[in-house]
Amino acid sequence: MSLQVVNLRVFYQTLRGDVHALDGATFSIADGEIMGLAGESGCGKTTLGYSLIHLTLPKKFVDGWVKLDGENLPIGDTDRMEAFRFKKVSIIPQYAMSAMNPTRKIGKMTSELLESRKVRFNDILPELKRRLDLVKLPQDVLGMYPIELSGGMKQRMVMVLSTLLNPSLLIADEVTSALDVSTQQAVSEMLVEFRDHEFVKSMIVITHDISILYQIADSILVMYAGKPAEKASTTTIINSPLHPYTRLLISSLPKVGVKYSSQRLSGIPGNPPLLLDPPAGCRFRSRCPAAFAKCSQEPPFVEVKKGHYVACWKERGIYA
Amino acid sequence: MIKAAASLPTSVKKKNEFLYFAFKNTKLRVGLGILLFFLVLMFVGPQLTEYEPTDFVGPSGVPPSTDYWFGTTSFGEDVFTQFVYGLPATFMVGIIGGGLATILGMTIGFIAGYRGGVVDEVLNILTNVILTIPALALLLVLSAYVKVRGIFIESLFIGFTTWPWAARAIRAQTFTLRTRDFVDLAKLSGRSSLKIVFTEIAPNMASYLFMTFILMFGGAILTAATLDFLGLGPTQGTSLGLMMNMAVLWSALPLGMWWWFVPPGIGITAIVGGLYIMNVGLDEVFNPKLREM
Amino acid sequence: MLKIDNLSKIYRVGTFGGQELHAVNQVSFEVGDCQVVSLIGESGSGKSTIGKMILGLISKSSGSIIFNGTETSSLKQDTLKEYYRNVQGVFQDPFSSYNPIFKSDRVFKLIKDEFFPSIDACEWDEKVENALKAVGLNPETVLNKFPHQLSGGQLQRLLIARALLLDIKFLVADEVISMLDASTRIDVLNLLADLKSRGLSILFITHDLCLGYYISDQSVILYKGHVLEKGVTEKIYNSPYHPYTKMLMTAVPRLDRKWEPVSIDIKAEVPNQIDGCVYYDRCPLAFDKCRQRPVLVEISKDHSAACWKLPEMIKG
Repeated sequence: MSLQVVNLRVFYQTLRGDVHALDGATFSIADGEIMGLAGESGCGKTTLGYSLIHLTLPKKFVDGWVKLDGENLPIGDTDRMEAFRFKKVSIIPQYAMSAMNPTRKIGKMTSELLESRKVRFNDILPELKRRLDLVKLPQDVLGMYPIELSGGMKQRMVMVLSTLLNPSLLIADEVTSALDVSTQQAVSEMLVEFRDHEFVKSMIVITHDISILYQIADSILVMYAGKPAEKASTTTIINSPLHPYTRLLISSLPKVGVKYSSQRLSGIPGNPPLLLDPPAGCRFRSRCPAAFAKCSQEPPFVEVKKGHYVACWKERGIYA
Repeated sequence: MIKAAASLPTSVKKKNEFLYFAFKNTKLRVGLGILLFFLVLMFVGPQLTEYEPTDFVGPSGVPPSTDYWFGTTSFGEDVFTQFVYGLPATFMVGIIGGGLATILGMTIGFIAGYRGGVVDEVLNILTNVILTIPALALLLVLSAYVKVRGIFIESLFIGFTTWPWAARAIRAQTFTLRTRDFVDLAKLSGRSSLKIVFTEIAPNMASYLFMTFILMFGGAILTAATLDFLGLGPTQGTSLGLMMNMAVLWSALPLGMWWWFVPPGIGITAIVGGLYIMNVGLDEVFNPKLREM
Repeated sequence: MLKIDNLSKIYRVGTFGGQELHAVNQVSFEVGDCQVVSLIGESGSGKSTIGKMILGLISKSSGSIIFNGTETSSLKQDTLKEYYRNVQGVFQDPFSSYNPIFKSDRVFKLIKDEFFPSIDACEWDEKVENALKAVGLNPETVLNKFPHQLSGGQLQRLLIARALLLDIKFLVADEVISMLDASTRIDVLNLLADLKSRGLSILFITHDLCLGYYISDQSVILYKGHVLEKGVTEKIYNSPYHPYTKMLMTAVPRLDRKWEPVSIDIKAEVPNQIDGCVYYDRCPLAFDKCRQRPVLVEISKDHSAACWKLPEMIKG
C-alpha cells in the first residue's frame, strides 16, 4: 500500500469552538493509483489534502494516523514533516501558478527552492531539463520571468517543480480550475503522464469538477460534510454509485446533449450541515430521499464489494 | 474558487466582534489609556492649581518640590500650571488641524479615486504640489504678514498643508473598492456617483478613515509642537511646544533647568506615541488577518 | 429585443498608451424576445466586456447596442435609470456583489430608494416576498442576514430576485453559477430557464459548454474578441464547423466519453493580431488566406461561422 490513512480527524480552531472539518477519513491508495477527491465546498477535501503535507494553525491534528510506503507520516508535527515535504509528499497548491515570485527568474526560483531542501541545483539540472522537454516547455523558460509565460505554461512549470524530487505522493489541489478548456486537457493528461513515467507513485487529485476525474482518475473518493461518503473505481462512481449523495450529485450535472426542455435535471435541496456542532448520525440525513430510522446512527465506511466502500445503511443500494 | 458555505450561527453581529477584540487588544488599551490620562489631566488639572500660567508665584528657577510640582521657570511661573493649561491647546490643534486635514484628504481622495481619468490626474498634480511646497518656508512668509496668530490660525495652517498624505492613502483605497461588484450593482440600481461614494465606498473604509484621522491628529500635534518650538506658533496663549520654546530661549538647558522642558517634551511624546500605539492596535482589531487567535 | 451591431472595445495599453488591445472586435448578434442566448468563450474572449457594455458599466469604442429601438450610448442619468428598469445584470462572484458590512437585503432597499421611493411599506414587503418565492427562497431564512451567513446559491438567487422586483425584460447573467457548488448550480440554472417562460430574455455568459447547451436557444462562440461561430445551439454543438468550435467540443471533459488523444500544443501568449484570423496561430487548417480576417458566412438558416475553409467544409 502506498498511502494508508486511518481515521484522520483534523479540526479548525475558532473562537466559537472547533469546526469538525475532517472527521474520520479512512482510505488507502495503491502504488500508481490516481485517486480523485471530490465533493462540494466544506466537505473537507482541501483540509484532507493539506493535512497530509502541512498542518498548521488554525488546523489542528486531533486523531488518526497516516502511513506512506509503510513509514509513519508525522503529520501532527510540523517540524518533523520537514524531512518528508517535497521529497516524499509534494503538493501543487491551488493558486500555485499565481504564486511564483514575479521578481525572480524561474531558474533562480528553482535553485532557491532546491537549496532550501539541501539539493544542489546543478546536480538535478539534467533531470530538470529532461522533464521540461517532456512537458513541452522550452528550456529557456528557466531564464524567463513568470509574467512572460501563459497560464498553461506556468501551471506546467509548477507541476515540474513539485515533482522534481520524485515524491511518492503528489497532492494536486484544483490544478485545472483556472485554465481554459484546451489547457485543462493538456495539464490533466500531463498528470497522468507523470504517473506513467513514475515521477510520482500515487496521486490525489482534488477538484470539484467530476468530469475531469472521469477522464484521468482510477478511483474517486466522494466526501460530504467532513466524512467520506463513497470510494470506488471511477467507472463505478459515475455509472453505478451506491450512496444517495453520489447518485444525486452525478445526476445533477448538466451534460452536452441534455436540454432543459427535454430533461429537467434536479439538484439536492437543502444545505450541508454546519460543522461547528455537527448533527449526530448520518450527516446527509436531512437531505437524503432514502433516510429512515436507522440513519440517526452514523453509518460506518465499509467495503461492500471489492474496492468499493460506502457509508450508508442502505449499502446494498437504494435503487436496487 | 468555490467559497465555503455559511459556517456561523445566525445572530453574530459584526459590531460585537469589533468591540470584543477592541477590549482584548493590549495596544489599544495602552494607547487609549495614555490619551485618556492626559484628557483627564486637562480637565482636572486647572482645579489642582490655584495659579494662572503667567502668574509670578515664587522664586525663579526652582526644581520640582512639594510646593511647585514641576518646579518654576526663570520668571517664577509654575511649570505644572503652564503644563495643564497648555494641554487644551495641544488637543485643539490636533482636532481642528487633524480634522481639517482628514476632511480635505477625504474629499480629494474620494473624488480622485472614484472618478479616475483626467480628474484624477489634475488632483494628483495638486496633491504633489502641496506636498513639495516647504511648509516651513510658507509659514515664515505667512508669519510676516499675520502678526497676531492664535491656535485657530495655526490649526488651519496645519490642516491645509498636511492633507496630501491622507488624500493619497484614501485615493488608493477607493481605487481598489470601486472595481468591486457591489459598486457595479449600485450603479445598476441607478445610484448617482456621489451617493455611491458615501453610501457604499466610505462605510467600507470606515476603519481606514478612522485610523487616518488618528494619524492626522497625532501628526498635527507634532507639527504644532515643532512650529511652537521654533516660535512660529501662536503669539498668545500657552502650549506644550511654546513651553519648550521659552525654555530654550531662556537657556534652560545650559542652566540645568530640566524641569522646564522635560515635562512638556514627555507630554507631547506620550500623547502622540499613545495615538500611534492606538492606531496599530486598531489595525489589528479591524483586520481579522492580523489578529492572533 | 437586443441587437448588437459591430460592437468593439479598444483599450490603450503599453507605455504611454501606444498599443491597442482589442478586447471586443466587431461583434454582432441578436437576442429576441423570450430567448436565452449563450455567449460562450474562454478567458480573454471579451464576453464579460460585452456584458458590461450592454449594462452600461463600460463605454463602447464603436458599433451599436440597440435595445428595443433605442441606442444605449445615448442614455444618460434619467433615461439610463429607465433603461435599468428593463435591463439588469447578475455577476459571477456572489460574495463580491454584496457590500460586506451591510445586510444582504440592502440590495432590495437600494432598488426601493431609487425606483419606488414613495411606495407603501406593506406593499413593498409583499413585493419582496413574492420575488423571493419566485426564485425559490424562503423569506424567513434569507431576510435580515449578512452575506457571510448565506450560501453562494442563496446569494445568487437573491440577486435574481432583486432583478425581478423591477419587472425586467432582459437579464445579463455573467458566469452566475461558476462559483456555486455542483448541487446548487442546477437549481439556479433551472430558475433562469423558468424565468424565460415568464417573458424574460437572458444573455447567458459562460465558459462551460454543458451549461450553455442545457438552457440556451442560440449560442455565440467568442474567441479573443471575435465571433467565430453562432447560431441555434443544437446545430453548433452537434455539427460545429469552425476549427475552434470543433476543438472546444472535443476538449471539454465529459462524463460519457473519454478524451480523444489529441496532442494540444500550448504556445506562449501571442499578442492579439490586428488583421487576419484571430485563431490563426492555433488552427490546424490555417493557410495563406487566413492573414485576412474571415467574415461570418451563413452555413444554413440560423448557423454561421467565420472561416475561409467553410466552402470546402460545406461541400465535403
